[in-house]
Amino acid sequence: MNIIEVNNLKKSYHDGTDTVALDRVSFSVRKGEFLAIMGPSGSGKSTLLHLLGLLDIPTGGHYIFNGKNTSKYSSDELADLRNREIGFVFQMFNLLPRTSVLENVKLPLYYSNVPESEWEGKAREAVVSVGLEHRMYHRTSELSGGEKQRVAIARSLITDPEVIFADEPTGNLDSKSGKTVMAIMQHLNEEHGKTIILITHETSTAEHAERIIRLMDGQIESDDKVKKRLTANDEFVK
Amino acid sequence: MTWKHSVKTALTGLTTNRSRSFLTILGIVIGITAIMLVVSLGAGAQELILGQVQGLGTNTIIVTPGREPTGPSDSAQMFSDSLKDKDIKELLKPTNVPDLKTLMPLIAGADSSSYGSNVYQVSIFGGTELLAEIFDAKMAKGEFFTTDDVSSHTDVAVIGAKVAEHLFDDGSNPLGQKIKLKSRNLKVVGVMEKSGGGSIFNFDEAVIVPYTTARNYLLGVKYYHHFIIQAKTDGQVRSTAEDVRQTLRESHGITDLSKDDFYVQTQEDLANRLGTITSALTWFLVAVASIALFVGGVGIMNIMLVAVTERTREIGLRKALGATDKDILTQFLLEAVMLTAIGGVIGIILGSSLAFITAIVLSKGLGVNWTYVFPWSGAILGLSVSALIGLIFGGYPAGQASKKSPIEALRYE
Repeated sequence: MNIIEVNNLKKSYHDGTDTVALDRVSFSVRKGEFLAIMGPSGSGKSTLLHLLGLLDIPTGGHYIFNGKNTSKYSSDELADLRNREIGFVFQMFNLLPRTSVLENVKLPLYYSNVPESEWEGKAREAVVSVGLEHRMYHRTSELSGGEKQRVAIARSLITDPEVIFADEPTGNLDSKSGKTVMAIMQHLNEEHGKTIILITHETSTAEHAERIIRLMDGQIESDDKVKKRLTANDEFVK
Repeated sequence: MTWKHSVKTALTGLTTNRSRSFLTILGIVIGITAIMLVVSLGAGAQELILGQVQGLGTNTIIVTPGREPTGPSDSAQMFSDSLKDKDIKELLKPTNVPDLKTLMPLIAGADSSSYGSNVYQVSIFGGTELLAEIFDAKMAKGEFFTTDDVSSHTDVAVIGAKVAEHLFDDGSNPLGQKIKLKSRNLKVVGVMEKSGGGSIFNFDEAVIVPYTTARNYLLGVKYYHHFIIQAKTDGQVRSTAEDVRQTLRESHGITDLSKDDFYVQTQEDLANRLGTITSALTWFLVAVASIALFVGGVGIMNIMLVAVTERTREIGLRKALGATDKDILTQFLLEAVMLTAIGGVIGIILGSSLAFITAIVLSKGLGVNWTYVFPWSGAILGLSVSALIGLIFGGYPAGQASKKSPIEALRYE
């Protein structure tokens, strides 16, 4: 079953001149698939991720997310869908400063329908799942880059979403932390059946996925299965 | 997002940058403190003045020569010698003013009084034996002068507490002693209790003599500064005041009402008038203090705009994680309202405390008969205005925050 179906998706900007960021892109993603989207700067990969993550609205084409045609959704309905069915992991972590790990992980629950009595348990579980139980009450400013990204992953898992969108999740990390993050991603995909869509410009990171879509100038250049998939060290995965 | 969590989120936002929140609150605190102080002191002053007026007795009517001034610049008709002896005779006729109980002519002046080598500047009041009763003045020593003293133009005086303190600073008993005023020797028959400042007539620094003595020997005037009239009952005040007007018009040969050379005020008129003046003054000062509050509001807007810009990525993140436009609007609006409400509460506590301290200083330190009034109207006004300022001045930045596109906000650097 496809969780994402994209047909002739288009995004253009009108800032003086017409800039086409994505041009008639079509593909689909199976539920439980691990997809990497690659491409050089300006190829349209971030634009595509924002459209797929319902953070932005396409200027043309159709997008069916988990069986729903989201083109008629209001901004509040999109916000609700993002909260329930999508998790985000960003390159810059985007954690709240001067706030504890546990509180950061709870953040999506503030906007959800999950009863408050379940928040603490869910947040603890998510923090443990990324191996940060010893950092639960630490402020995010006290964490290393790798730990911050693991907090962001825990936050993306808290509402038990169908899909996790990761935008260059290893881009700001050293290689060891990067491997840990990728190990967690693979674990979530293989053991928990999460669909993962990863944006990266590093082939070594992309090869942790099952499939790679390469973009060039807003169009799909190639869409291939990874022949020799890499497996990350999983010592942090619980 | 529930209200509980909206409040929690807003509080977290405020406590994250404590020093900035404190400085922002300060503007509101100053504004509300100023309003509370002004309203409280205004209410205190009003109570003091009204208390003094009401001390005259509710059946009191005051007749003053001259036309009632219509404004501060209208003083041409304020000074007049229209109240004379023949008016007293007419007013005392039961056919003219049937419900008149008492009438006391009053003459006022000022000069230096002396006893031995001690000299003190005093106010001179010439009245009758009724003066103490009408003005509710209490005697500390001796007695008030009598009807006989008034009819016989006797050289007797009742002196105020401060006059006694200054002229008899060696602690000797003033009773029976003779003080010098306008080269006449007046025998002190009584000393009044200290009344405190703020009275319409401050008797603490006064020498009170029979009006006949004052008119003939001390001030040399052939007219009176006031007639203080008492009606028989409170219910007869209005009709008595009207009878007084009619009698004086006839006595002065006035047919055109706009040419009255006197004016008649009841205690109620006086209380209303003074009440209106103090209220107007209070609200004028509140308006001035509101400028401080407005500046505080602009400060809130400024800081909230900075906060929205600074926290653009946070707004983007919250939206990405599921926050709706309304959630973001509520969060920033609540932050602004909480800032102003906290400022409002601190301002109310600070303003009323300062007003309380002022009341203590005035009553204990300066001997003014001042009562502390908690300004409920100021407190309610202060709280609602501060919350409103939060809504108004926080509304625009919060609106800006809520309208941000999640993707633009996440990309912001």
